[in-house]
Amino acid sequence: MRYAMAIEVNKCVGCADCVVACQTENNVPIGYSRDWIVERVSGTYPDIFLHFESQRCNHCEDTPCVRTCPTGASFIDVGGIVKVTHDECIGCGACIESCPYDARYFHPDGYVDKCTFCDHRVKEGMDPACVSVCPTYCMHFGDLDDPDSDISKLLKKRENFTLLPEAGTAPQIFYLK
Amino acid sequence: MSKFNRRDFIKISGTATAGVALTPALSSGIGQIFQNEKKLTDDQLTKTPTICEVCFWNCAGWTYTDPDNKIIKVVGNDKDPHSNGRLCPRGTGGLGMYYDENRLKKPLVRVEENGVQSFKEVSWDEAFDVIVDNMKAIDEKYGKESIALFYHGKTGPHFKHMMQYWGSDTNAKPASAQCLITREAGYIATYGTGLASPEPTDINNTECLVLIGNHFGENMHNGHVQEISKLIDRKGTIITVDPRFSTAAAHSTHWLPIKPSTDLALLLAWTNVIINENLYDKEYVARYTYGFDELKAHVQKYTPEWAQTVTTIPAGDIYKTARVMANAAPKVIIHPGRHTAWYGDDTQRTRAMAILNAILGSWGRKGGFYFPENIKLPNHPHPPLPKPKWSWRDISQGKHKLAFAGITNEIVDCALPEYDGPYKIKGMFFVATNPLQAIPKEDTIKKAIQNQDFVLAVDTMPSEITGYADVVLPEATFLERLDDIRVSQNKSPNVALRYPAVKPKYDSKPGWWIARELGIRLGLHDYYHWEEFEEYLDWQLKQIGTSISELKEVGVKHFDRKTPMYLNENEEYWFNTNTGKIELVSTDFQEWGYDPLPVYKAHDEAPAGYLRLIYGRLPMHTFGRTLNNPNLNDLKNEPKLWVNPKVAKIYYLENNQEVWLQNPEGKVSSFPIKVRITERIRHDSVFMPHGFGNKGRIKVDGKILEMSRAYGRGISDAELLHNIKIDPETGGTGMRNSFVTILTENPHTKAVES
Amino acid sequence: MEENILSTTRDIHGLYPHVHIWGYPIAIYLFIGGLAAGILLFATIYYLKGKADEMPFTVKIAPIFTFGLVVIGLLLLVYDLHHKMYVWQLFLTFRIESPMSWGAWTLVVVSIFSLLWPLSYIDDIEAYLHERGWKRLDDITKFIRNMEHKYVIPRFVIITFRKYRTLAAYLMLFFSIILGIYTGILLSAFNAHPLWNNSILGPLFLVSGVSTGSAFVMWLSNNKKERQLMSTIDMALIAVEIFFIIHMMMGMQAGPEAYKQAAHLFLGGEFTVIFWVVFVGFGLVLPFILEVFEHRGFKIHPALPALLVLVGGLLFRIIMVQAGQISEYPL
Ligand SMILES: Nc1nc2c(c(=O)[nH]1)N[C@H]1C(S)=C(S)[C@@H](COP(=O)(O)OP(=O)(O)OC[C@H]3O[C@@H](n4cnc5c(=O)[nH]c(N)nc54)[C@H](O)[C@@H]3O)O[C@H]1N2
Ligand SMILES: Nc1nc2c(c(=O)[nH]1)N[C@H]1C(S)=C(S)[C@@H](COP(=O)(O)OP(=O)(O)OC[C@H]3O[C@@H](n4cnc5c(=O)[nH]c(N)nc54)[C@H](O)[C@@H]3O)O[C@H]1N2
Ligand code: SF4
Ligand code: SF4
Ligand code: SF4
Ligand code: SF4
Ligand code: SF4
Ligand SMILES: [Mo]
Repeated sequence: MRYAMAIEVNKCVGCADCVVACQTENNVPIGYSRDWIVERVSGTYPDIFLHFESQRCNHCEDTPCVRTCPTGASFIDVGGIVKVTHDECIGCGACIESCPYDARYFHPDGYVDKCTFCDHRVKEGMDPACVSVCPTYCMHFGDLDDPDSDISKLLKKRENFTLLPEAGTAPQIFYLK
Repeated sequence: MSKFNRRDFIKISGTATAGVALTPALSSGIGQIFQNEKKLTDDQLTKTPTICEVCFWNCAGWTYTDPDNKIIKVVGNDKDPHSNGRLCPRGTGGLGMYYDENRLKKPLVRVEENGVQSFKEVSWDEAFDVIVDNMKAIDEKYGKESIALFYHGKTGPHFKHMMQYWGSDTNAKPASAQCLITREAGYIATYGTGLASPEPTDINNTECLVLIGNHFGENMHNGHVQEISKLIDRKGTIITVDPRFSTAAAHSTHWLPIKPSTDLALLLAWTNVIINENLYDKEYVARYTYGFDELKAHVQKYTPEWAQTVTTIPAGDIYKTARVMANAAPKVIIHPGRHTAWYGDDTQRTRAMAILNAILGSWGRKGGFYFPENIKLPNHPHPPLPKPKWSWRDISQGKHKLAFAGITNEIVDCALPEYDGPYKIKGMFFVATNPLQAIPKEDTIKKAIQNQDFVLAVDTMPSEITGYADVVLPEATFLERLDDIRVSQNKSPNVALRYPAVKPKYDSKPGWWIARELGIRLGLHDYYHWEEFEEYLDWQLKQIGTSISELKEVGVKHFDRKTPMYLNENEEYWFNTNTGKIELVSTDFQEWGYDPLPVYKAHDEAPAGYLRLIYGRLPMHTFGRTLNNPNLNDLKNEPKLWVNPKVAKIYYLENNQEVWLQNPEGKVSSFPIKVRITERIRHDSVFMPHGFGNKGRIKVDGKILEMSRAYGRGISDAELLHNIKIDPETGGTGMRNSFVTILTENPHTKAVES
Repeated sequence: MEENILSTTRDIHGLYPHVHIWGYPIAIYLFIGGLAAGILLFATIYYLKGKADEMPFTVKIAPIFTFGLVVIGLLLLVYDLHHKMYVWQLFLTFRIESPMSWGAWTLVVVSIFSLLWPLSYIDDIEAYLHERGWKRLDDITKFIRNMEHKYVIPRFVIITFRKYRTLAAYLMLFFSIILGIYTGILLSAFNAHPLWNNSILGPLFLVSGVSTGSAFVMWLSNNKKERQLMSTIDMALIAVEIFFIIHMMMGMQAGPEAYKQAAHLFLGGEFTVIFWVVFVGFGLVLPFILEVFEHRGFKIHPALPALLVLVGGLLFRIIMVQAGQISEYPL
């Protein structure tokens, strides 16, 4: 199993519903967020190009964050979900320093927190909160190892990119053009 | 009679800018709300149906509460055609309205101590006594009609009905004159019917959608955003006309970067192409429309080449997009828009859009506009309404034939000291509306308010209007209260329930309770045969074969349609107009002396050194009402002023630099705003979202009560609006003929120094 | 024009506009690690070379300080943790890929050695102190000796240590090298920061650490020969450092955009003056020149170049920790 997300930037409107849904679903304290929106604009009026990217932990295949964690609090769970065991985390910040995406932060309680791919929902057969709330239906979640999953088919069919491929982390969040 | 003949805004003394320094640190307590909670699965939580009130799309959803009766989340209802199970960001974050620690907590009454005005917390009984005394005093002196109600949202009708039972039908909402009345008028004049909400556009079946200044994706009207996204999946065509590279423009097949205020020229040129190239739906036009030949003659002068000089859109693009639209017809929608109070000829502009839809044959056609249906709920029998001597109709309809609802700005005019007509306003009730942000000409509104004998505000937050009230009543948020059944129109008729998920926090009360208590104290017992609103609703629902308990289970219940959704082929159809046809030439307008066919008139240009002020929405906020919502504030806590790089060069601006704005009348923004240099805006305009620059801060028993996360953040567009043009047909306000210049130095400190 | 902006407010402390979660404690921690490694390196090398009596300060006295330094280092590490109550989690596991884990364990091992090493020399230390007229510490040395006499276990440990001192010295040499390398490669393990992500940073930190060690000995030793030896070594190390720095800058300049940006922090950017003038100028070049002059027979207080090198070494770590966090991949 290899969980991944595919996000269609040709539909995303940057509304941040995914961000607030994550906040209520995962008790993310006010002032913090596990996901966020980046806006990219290029060109000159009136020849302009714009898209939004809903970003979060990329659940990388090659994980500098897990590698540098001195306690094993950061680990790779079933399906490639990168997680943090709060009670094992000493809050040293090594993982934060090693994530090229700024996906991790110190929870006010001291441990490091980040996107969990909503594994508590995924276990119940549901989509992650952000995916299930998105009003443009631009987010897709699924198993890359299953060639029949929606996401596998989408990735085969559509041109896509990942964030900072040069960082060499092999992100598992794909943006469809 | 009120004790207060000179009403000061109850505020902390000092200039607006000094106020910023006074702002207490953002309260930190709120950060703890969601912390330290064990994660419960959905089936350990309780679901209560709700209808979102963060905007007026009114999506149905579910409020999830945990075993300790804490609200955990709000999620869309799958059966709801407004949300299809997915709320927009504002709805998802709607629970922040409940948790907001700055909420109004107790009824407040204005008191004066040692010459200083302040609010005092009182009991509900005391507050009602003050209100009833003042209502009676105004009644005795001027008549019941002299109390005007301004309202919005689902709480408004409770008060509207109470006032009608009492004998005043003087009411209005900014959601008409400042929002959609012009568009409704344009469609009524053309098709004999307005559009209402949700607009019956068949986006799910269309092939071509035209958005004219309609910024979906920023305007998060949920159902339409979802449908447009599916249109993108279907590779349908989207044509967006907007001077700004909006989110919708970015996702469109064609973006026409129009010079602001010139849309009517484009619409007429499109009509010209479609008629002259014989691209219109001949059979449809022949069967259903009136006045085609006159239209054809009328648009001859509006060639694309001419329109190019007006709109700055290349003529070639006008031809091309006209053909694209015609190609898709009748599966084409020129979306009517919603907030259409732009330039003072807005009824005519929407008429031009309605006409375009008519000649493309999209009205009543699959992929165009469908015929919506809704459920009629009977009213509980009550004695007939007393007949007021005059009402909003008398104020507005004499001047504007199509003012089919109260016109806020004109009622405000009747409240000014210089008004000496027959419809004097001496009391104002503001229920869930904030005129200082919503109605242009802030100074006039303040003057009108100062001239009142009594002002009441019913709100959930210490918003700006509360500072001007004599009595402030804290309403419970939508998650804590029961309101009227939602019976809005859709493809499939349905009813939906809003039921309280938790008890009202603090000493707040639901609107129905407040209105009823007031009514009872005014002796209106006969109109209130019920004690609990639930009884009333249950009775209504039983009449259509359902009940509160059923709706509590399902949230939304659908019924079978009784009429066809589209015109049948070759069907004879009677439109509700004088001619029974779609009136391309409006016979009413002919009679009333308005242009029977839309005529292009140029609008004001910016004076030298000024830029046009364009405003719009942010996807995660509704006007100013959500700015203090902790969850939504967390998504975006300040606005930016969009400035084209060329303009930035002239003014030597840098990103995130703070600037102030000034309009040609010399009015300066109270607060600064940060600059965003971006190619997404034209060089002749600046853009910012509406609703910021909050000045809501009151003093209660010596302590400051304010919207701490919103206060002083950014600039209020409303503050700077000027050169307001009144739409002759409706009285709607054209608010986009406003210009501003950029100040890089704080004009407020300068004033203090000199 | 290009705009890449964060569209939602994400005012999380220490994340934007760039990561800033490590401050002075980590920089001092790295400095201390390097310094301790340097001191122990010289102690063990010269012990193994049989120079224990010739260079008493280097071999016997200086290591006394390393125990204190390492303890301070460990305390700083704990102080910087955000979830302090869970610090014991560090010692439930050893993560071979995590430099932090390496560091924590190495510090513990080094702290044991750096405690036992001086204890095993307690008589020599007392003699050394008396020789320099320091009697004030007699109570402490006496106390330590008492403990050794009274209790079996300390006696056994220390006697064993003395017996196998050569083996211990080899182990200590090994761990001090590990410590030195660790403080060097710690930052370069976080390759999310282009500035840190280069192969020269590790050796550079190691050399700089050893250089601070030699400066430390140079500063406090009363033995002229020892001081001169250390001064010579230090000059060589400084020369290597300067070579590495130039090499590192050139490497980054030749790299992709993010690396050029990293180099720019020092070549025109906000760290230019502090790096080149204060660190390189006053922390490397000036002490080098002073040492050259001293060798040529000019009268220069040995503490002066030593302190410049030490302060420079600390500054270098502060700069690298700060600048590294600023140096990031684009949004
Ligand atoms: N300058 C400018 N003016 C505009 C617009 C613009 O874009 N720019 N837009 C126009 C449009 S389209 C519209 S529809 C109008 C809307 O204008 P308004 O009718 O004023 O609408 P809101 O801003 O939603 O209402 C604001 C008030 O309702 C309060 N409130 C929120 N929820 C509740 C509740 O549950 N109960 C009670 N009692 N109060 C509540 C809020 O605290 C706030 O004080 O504004 C118009 N005016
Ligand atoms: N997130 C969010 N959604 C909302 C609301 C909200 O507050 N927040 N409010 C709701 C309400 S009440 C309403 S009425 C709707 C309003 O939403 P809409 O009807 O979609 O929008 P408007 O506010 O009329 O228009 C704003 C757009 O018009 C463009 N514009 C400005 N001048 C011109 C011009 O001269 N010509 C053209 N063609 N375009 C121009 C602006 O650049 C901007 O993109 O949104 C609703 N949805
Ligand atoms: S909810 Fe969907 S459309 Fe909105 S920002 Fe997130 S991904 Fe984009
Ligand atoms: S995005 Fe960052 S936190 Fe997530 S797996 Fe990759 S490196 Fe680790
Ligand atoms: S902060 Fe926690 S999760 Fe991150 S590296 Fe340190 S111990 Fe591991
Ligand atoms: S998958 Fe879950 S945890 Fe991750 S961003 Fe989405 S909602 Fe948040
Ligand atoms: S569109 Fe959004 S804010 Fe409006 S009612 Fe629906 S969920 Fe609520
Ligand atoms: Mo509106």
